[in-house]
Amino acid sequence: MTRRPGAWPFLLPAVVVLGAIQLYPTLAVFWLSLERRIPVFEVAEFVGLANYRFLLEDPRFWQALGTTAYFTVVSVGLELLWGGGIALLLHRRRRLRGLLLAGFLLPWALPGVVSAKMFEWLLYPDGGLVNSLLGAAGGPAGINWLGDPAWAIHAVILADAWRTTPFVLLLVLAGLELIPHEVHEAAAVDGAGRWRGFVHVTLPLLAPVLGVALLIRTIDALRVFDVIYVLTGGGPAGTTETLTVYAYRTFFGTLQFGYGAALAVATLLAALILAGGYLRLVAPATRPAAEGA
Amino acid sequence: MGRGRSRLFSDLTLALLLAATALPFLWQLLTSFKPEADLLRLPPFLPERWSLEHYATVLAHPGLARALINSTGICLIATLLALGVGALAAYPLARTPLRGQRLWLAGILGASLLPVIALVSPLYLGIRLLGLRDTWLALILPYLALSLPLTVWLLTAFLRELPREVEEAARLDGCSRFGILWRILLPLAAPGLFSTGVIIFVFNWNEFLLALTFTATDASRTVPVALALFPGIHEVPWGDLAAASIVVSLPPLALILGFHRWVVRGLTLGVLGQR
Repeated sequence: MTRRPGAWPFLLPAVVVLGAIQLYPTLAVFWLSLERRIPVFEVAEFVGLANYRFLLEDPRFWQALGTTAYFTVVSVGLELLWGGGIALLLHRRRRLRGLLLAGFLLPWALPGVVSAKMFEWLLYPDGGLVNSLLGAAGGPAGINWLGDPAWAIHAVILADAWRTTPFVLLLVLAGLELIPHEVHEAAAVDGAGRWRGFVHVTLPLLAPVLGVALLIRTIDALRVFDVIYVLTGGGPAGTTETLTVYAYRTFFGTLQFGYGAALAVATLLAALILAGGYLRLVAPATRPAAEGA
Repeated sequence: MGRGRSRLFSDLTLALLLAATALPFLWQLLTSFKPEADLLRLPPFLPERWSLEHYATVLAHPGLARALINSTGICLIATLLALGVGALAAYPLARTPLRGQRLWLAGILGASLLPVIALVSPLYLGIRLLGLRDTWLALILPYLALSLPLTVWLLTAFLRELPREVEEAARLDGCSRFGILWRILLPLAAPGLFSTGVIIFVFNWNEFLLALTFTATDASRTVPVALALFPGIHEVPWGDLAAASIVVSLPPLALILGFHRWVVRGLTLGVLGQR
């Protein structure tokens, strides 16, 4: 078959939509970050890099960056361990597998707001399930999970990881299915032992899939918003405020669109740097879906 | 360790893990059936008296009923548009030796990695300029754009699976390329279209940041926003909130659990590029 010139009519609608609603705003936010812009009062003046100079000296930005990094690392780590562990257990069974899988997928179908409301109720200090169980077991009474800076960040991590673990589980399970059966058996026959077989045989073969799961989940965790906004609103004392939450409040709480844009650009750059780093690590090992059929 | 004991061990672990996974949801479900007076009294953990009062309150709440209509309409329209635009784009990407094919797919996938927070302020200004704030369109357009990368990616994978012969035969019969896509390939790829549609419908249903920003009243508020703003003037109405959470979770739950085999296959094929 010869190359046809006419792919454009088919690609055009997608290119227009992505150009207008993804590419244009992404470029516009860079421009916005060079302005002092307060939309309601029609303030718009070019200020160059002033917003970025302010950002570098803004302790709230650095705290949000640190919170975002901590949130991302801990929640993705948790998802990999929890989701990967369940996948390993599910992989070897046939009986009831569809039913079990459906059960484990349940949290993934729920809106983040629902997850936040569920954990808010579980962790409610006076009469929530967690404190009632702790009380019945003779544990410490009346811990204010969402009001105590040491606990609050972990509460939001838990609420987010609970909902997103199934995605990791799905990918790892699919990855395990791709490893030929004989490989598992050969490792077992060699008497490698369960653990050594896992570390030396299964894990390296699983690496590309783990890389993809890690990339997608890291980028997603980096831009987390709904769970935190609903569960803690960024509090207590700003300890759960991530970059996205800070930028959102700068936009729509204080209407500082220029500075908010600078924060959004910082979030965007963080995502791009991480994605670039991952792709370098992972791409050589992966057979991308884009490869010709 | 013997094989039988190891099996028992893995069964027990799985059961415990499943219980831990389901617990927050089950607790919300139990709470939604507890009478208001018993909510903060623990134990007993199970309702002593099952009550539908919270569901009655929630379903009579005009904001939430309206939000269910808004969410259904907005997400359905956005999903259908994304499938249409996505299928058109996926066709040349999957079925013709297009130059720079990998670059196209990488670029489209790259778009899905952009943080929404980077888009929200220019989109907000644009929507204000066009007078679209608090309309369905203000969410339909961004949802179409945000679900397009995944749609194109998945549909490309599904279309690539189809045998080349059907297309050749249709071409010999004088079918136009659009005709081949519409009458031959898409019906054959119907399961793929369907699982893609289910996945993006659920993602859109659950979206919060844009919905919070671009809506202002019941005219366009979607369920995550309505739930986040659920009225609680004096005390948090835990029972009503629980019932509302269950109600708004039912559509995505039914879709994902009902079609989980298709969803799993779609994601495996699309994300990992494997059958």
